[in-house]
Amino acid sequence: MRLQYSTNIRIVEMTCTGNVDHRVLLNAFEEGADGVYVAGCMEGDCHFLKGNIRARKRVNAVKKVLDEIGIGGERLEMYNLSSAQGARFAQIANEMAAKIKELGPSPLNKARSGNGCCGCSKEGETK
Amino acid sequence: MIIAQQKPLKDIAALISECNKVMLVGCAGCVTVCLAGGEKETEIMASSLRMMREVEGKPLQTITYTATRQCDPEYIPPMDEMVKDVDAVISLACGVGVQYMAERYTDKWVIPALDTKFIGGSTVHGEWVEKCGLCGECILHKTGGICPIIRCSKSILNGPCGGSQYGKCEISKDVDCAWQLIYDKMKALGKLDKLMEIQPPKDWSKSRDGGPRKAVREDVMIG
Ligand code: SF4
Ligand code: FES
Repeated sequence: MRLQYSTNIRIVEMTCTGNVDHRVLLNAFEEGADGVYVAGCMEGDCHFLKGNIRARKRVNAVKKVLDEIGIGGERLEMYNLSSAQGARFAQIANEMAAKIKELGPSPLNKARSGNGCCGCSKEGETK
Repeated sequence: MIIAQQKPLKDIAALISECNKVMLVGCAGCVTVCLAGGEKETEIMASSLRMMREVEGKPLQTITYTATRQCDPEYIPPMDEMVKDVDAVISLACGVGVQYMAERYTDKWVIPALDTKFIGGSTVHGEWVEKCGLCGECILHKTGGICPIIRCSKSILNGPCGGSQYGKCEISKDVDCAWQLIYDKMKALGKLDKLMEIQPPKDWSKSRDGGPRKAVREDVMIG
């Protein structure tokens, strides 16, 4: 399956979403990410049993922080999908990229004028 | 342990709105265990404040440090150098830690980031309850290991009161009647007769009476 998905997404691999700490998420935004989504296994399918359930709680907590600091909690999302769902992966990537495009760049995105050093615009980070 | 909770971020941000550089100091003691002011919470708060200020177009510089115990003066001096050029210190310790920081750094404005709530422990991960009233004279041997001073809403010593219903306190169906717990425990211990002894009014002079309390152990004093 050779599926196309939005090219402005940077994938950050982690052993399990249970390893996604509040700081990892905040750090991505502080570094200028316009949006971040955490892609975990289906609920009930986490190799570490509850990693994804806990990750969702942390994502919700960080969303509140983002709202409070004026970045907007809607720039952070959590999705659950299995590694066999390639099409769903591409769909989520595109969905999130479209949503972020609509929201516009994060106020912390240094290249938000659109003419960053190399024309790059980091738009998403995933697990 | 001491249970504390963070103040709203916007309140802390408002206090430091004039500062360009602040130091956030966590504590590796109680507030780490109750997840309010440990290394992790200190970094999260620093990052949140920096981003908030960046969004406002008034960038903030931060330094973070976590002391072994802010309530112990010997762990404060290692911060002497770091504290020098900051406009304010935000302490994520309990009220004791905040005071030790303020005492040592006389020319610095020390801001408490937490509200120190009570002495208690956890029930499940993420929930803490009050367990000790710091009354100054422990009577837990008389009450089956359940503190009526803090766990009974009226702090009565010869309970229960007339409001005890189906094991719950009259203030809320979610609060156990401490005296029901005490009765059940003493019954299980076969010590109900002890509960028949009338307790005299508590000697509150051992508690918050006559100003701040002091505990002294001359045999361990150095020098
Ligand atoms: S109902 Fe029980 S816990 Fe509540 S005030 Fe009365 S004796 Fe104390
Ligand atoms: S292994 Fe935990 S979310 Fe996938």
